[in-house]
Amino acid sequence: MSAQNLTIVQAVRDGLYTEMNLDDEVLVMGEDVGKNGGVFRATEGLWDEFGDDRVIDTPLAESGIVGTAIGMAAMGLKPVPEMQFSGFMYPAYDQIISHMSRFRTRTRGRYTLPMVLRAPYGGGIRAPESHSESKEMFYAHEAGLKVVIPSTPYDTKGLLISAIRDPDPVIFLEPKLIYRAFRGEVPEEDYTVPIGEAAVRKEGTDVSVFTYGAMTRPTLEAVENLEEEGIDAEVVDLRTISPLDRDTVVESFKKTGRAVVVHEAPKTGGLGAEITSIIQEEALLYQEAPVKRVAGYDVPYPLYALEDYYLPSVARVEDGIREAVNF
Amino acid sequence: MSVLQRDPQDQVRVLDENGTVVGEVPDIDDETLVDMYRNMRLARHFDTRAVSLQRQGRMGTYPPLSGQEGAQIGSAIALDEDDWMVPSYREHGAALLRGLPLKQTLLYWMGHEKGNQMPEGVNLFPPAVPIASQIPHATGAGWSFKLRGEENKAVICYFGDGATSEGDFHEGLNFAGVFDTPNVFFCNNNQWAISVPRERQTASETIAQKATAYGIDGVQVDGMDPLAVYSVTKAALEKAKNPAEGEGRPTLIEAVQYRFGAHTTADDPTVYRDDDEVEKWKAKDPIPRLETFLRETGRLDDESVEAIEADIKQRVADAIEAAESEPRPEPSEMFDYAYAERTPEVQAQYEEFEALREKVGDEGFLRE
Repeated sequence: MSAQNLTIVQAVRDGLYTEMNLDDEVLVMGEDVGKNGGVFRATEGLWDEFGDDRVIDTPLAESGIVGTAIGMAAMGLKPVPEMQFSGFMYPAYDQIISHMSRFRTRTRGRYTLPMVLRAPYGGGIRAPESHSESKEMFYAHEAGLKVVIPSTPYDTKGLLISAIRDPDPVIFLEPKLIYRAFRGEVPEEDYTVPIGEAAVRKEGTDVSVFTYGAMTRPTLEAVENLEEEGIDAEVVDLRTISPLDRDTVVESFKKTGRAVVVHEAPKTGGLGAEITSIIQEEALLYQEAPVKRVAGYDVPYPLYALEDYYLPSVARVEDGIREAVNF
Repeated sequence: MSVLQRDPQDQVRVLDENGTVVGEVPDIDDETLVDMYRNMRLARHFDTRAVSLQRQGRMGTYPPLSGQEGAQIGSAIALDEDDWMVPSYREHGAALLRGLPLKQTLLYWMGHEKGNQMPEGVNLFPPAVPIASQIPHATGAGWSFKLRGEENKAVICYFGDGATSEGDFHEGLNFAGVFDTPNVFFCNNNQWAISVPRERQTASETIAQKATAYGIDGVQVDGMDPLAVYSVTKAALEKAKNPAEGEGRPTLIEAVQYRFGAHTTADDPTVYRDDDEVEKWKAKDPIPRLETFLRETGRLDDESVEAIEADIKQRVADAIEAAESEPRPEPSEMFDYAYAERTPEVQAQYEEFEALREKVGDEGFLRE
C-alpha cells in the first residue's frame, strides 16, 4: 500500500473521497461542505470531484439535514451529513433520538439507515461559546446508534470507511483539538478499522488508563513522564464508545488491577462511570484500588480563558495515575 | 388550468355539503368512485370499532380519524403504484389504501411492533408520533428519487395543523423548495391540535399560503370533499413527477376539515370545544356527501350500499379477530432489531434476559 502523511482532518477527507469513489450511493451534505470545503476543510475538493448531487450545500438547518438524510437513507442512499460543530447538533437531537436510532427497530428491519452523522467535537481550540462541549454520552446512551471517536489519522480513515459501510447509523465524532495537531501514515487505498474494537496504545503492568479521542495524547504523554517514576502504565484507546470493547477493558484491568479513565466529558454519567461499572461487574476480585476518573467537571464548559483548567491536562492525568498506583 | 393555480384562499370544491356538484368533477372511473366511497365507509366503521375496543380495554390509546375520511381516502386513492406515503399517526385509512392491512394498524395500537412491519412492496413509512418529524424524511425520500433519476416516483406526507408550528415543517418544506423535490405535503387541518385551535397555531389566514414563503405551490381544498381532495392531490402528484417548464415540483395542500372525536382516546373534546361547532362540521360529513352524489348519478343504490355495509363490517370484524388472536410477541424480539447485528453488549443482555426467563418464567415478568 502506498501511504501519505496526513493530519486527522485530512484523513477524514481522504476517507470520504476514497469511499465516494468506490460507492456511488455515498453522498456528503451539510452547511458549507461544498464550495467552501467545510469550515474545517474536511470536505475540501470533494465538490469539484463529485459535483452538486453528491456534495450538497444545504440550508442552515440541522434538523432538516438529519431529517432529510434519514429519508434518503431509508430509500437506500448512504448520506454522510455533517454537523458543523457538535454544539449545534441539538436542533437535530429529536431526529437523532426519535428516528435515526429507532428506524430499524420500529420497522422490524424493513428500513435501515446506513448513514453516518459526522461532527467535530470537544474543546481546547479557543473557540467561542457552544463550540467546545463533549456530549458524546448523549448518543452513547441511545440504543440503535454507534458512536465512534478516532484519535489517529490512520484510525480516522479506517473507522470512517467502516462507519459508511455499516448498515446501522453511526455518530462519528471528530476531536477537533487534534484535527491538525500531528500527522500520521495513512494508506491511499481503502481499508477499514473495525468499529467496536479498542487499541492498546502502550502495554504496561501497573495500571490501565482508558481514554479516547483528543485525551489520548495527554494520556500518552503523562504515561511517558511517569516511566521515570517507575510506573508502567497500559494505555487503551477505546476508539468506539458504543458499542464499547468490554473485553479489552476487562482483560487490561485483570492484568493491572488498577484503572484510570480519562475523558473531557463531564464526570457524572460519563464513560468513566460506565467503565467503572464494567470493572465492578466483571473483575471485582482483581481490583487493587478505586477506579480514578480524570474528567471534565460538572459545570458548563467555560469560555476559553478558563478552558485549560477544565480539560484534563498532562499533570492531572499524571496525578490521577499516581493516585491509583499509590492507593 | 391546473387546480393548483389559484389563490391559497380560494378553496377547491367539487361537491357542496349536500352533495351537489359545484365544481369540476374529476375524471375517475365509476369503479374507483365507488371504491372511494367503500373505503371511506370502511375507515369510519374501523374507527368506530377501534374507539370501542379502547373503551373496553382491548386496545391501548388510539387516535380516531372520523371526519377525516374524505381527505385520507380522496388523497391516497390518487397515488400511483410507485409513489410513497409518509404518514403521521392518524392516517389509518390512507395507510390501508397504500397496502397496510387493518389488522396491522390494530396490532400497532395494541402495542405490537409487528403492526409497523410493512409488507414487501408496500411503499409506506411507519407512523411518526413526534409531531412534524416525518416531514423532513418525506423530503429526503423524494430527494433520493430525484438524485437517482427515478422520475416516476413522488412522496405524499401527511401531518396536522399543529405540525405547521414545528421547526421541522419549516425545514422540510424549505429543503423541498430549495432542492425542488417531488413532494406533496398534505396538511390535515382538522382545526384542533389536541385542545388548541388552529388560530393559536398560526396567525396566517390560511396554512396553504405558507407555501409562498418556500417558493412552492400552496392550495387550499375542502378536506371533507373527497372529489376535490382527489383533484388537487392528483394534480400535485403529477406536477411532482412531471413539472411543466418553469414549474416547481413540491406542493403544500391544506385540506380544511374537522375531527369529529377526540385527538386520542386519552382526551375529552367536550372540555375544549362547543357542541355547536361540532354539529356545524358534522353537517359537512364527507360520507353522506359522496353517497348523495353517487346515488344521484346512478352509481350507487340501496342494494349496493347494503352490500358495501355488509362487506366492511365483515372486514373489520375479521381484522379485529385476527389482531386479537395474534400471540404476544416473542420477548427476545426486543433484542433483534436495534442493530443489523447484535452488539456484544446487546448480545450479553439478551443472554442474561433469556437465562432469567428460564429461571423465573414469564410470570416473573408479566404484570397481568
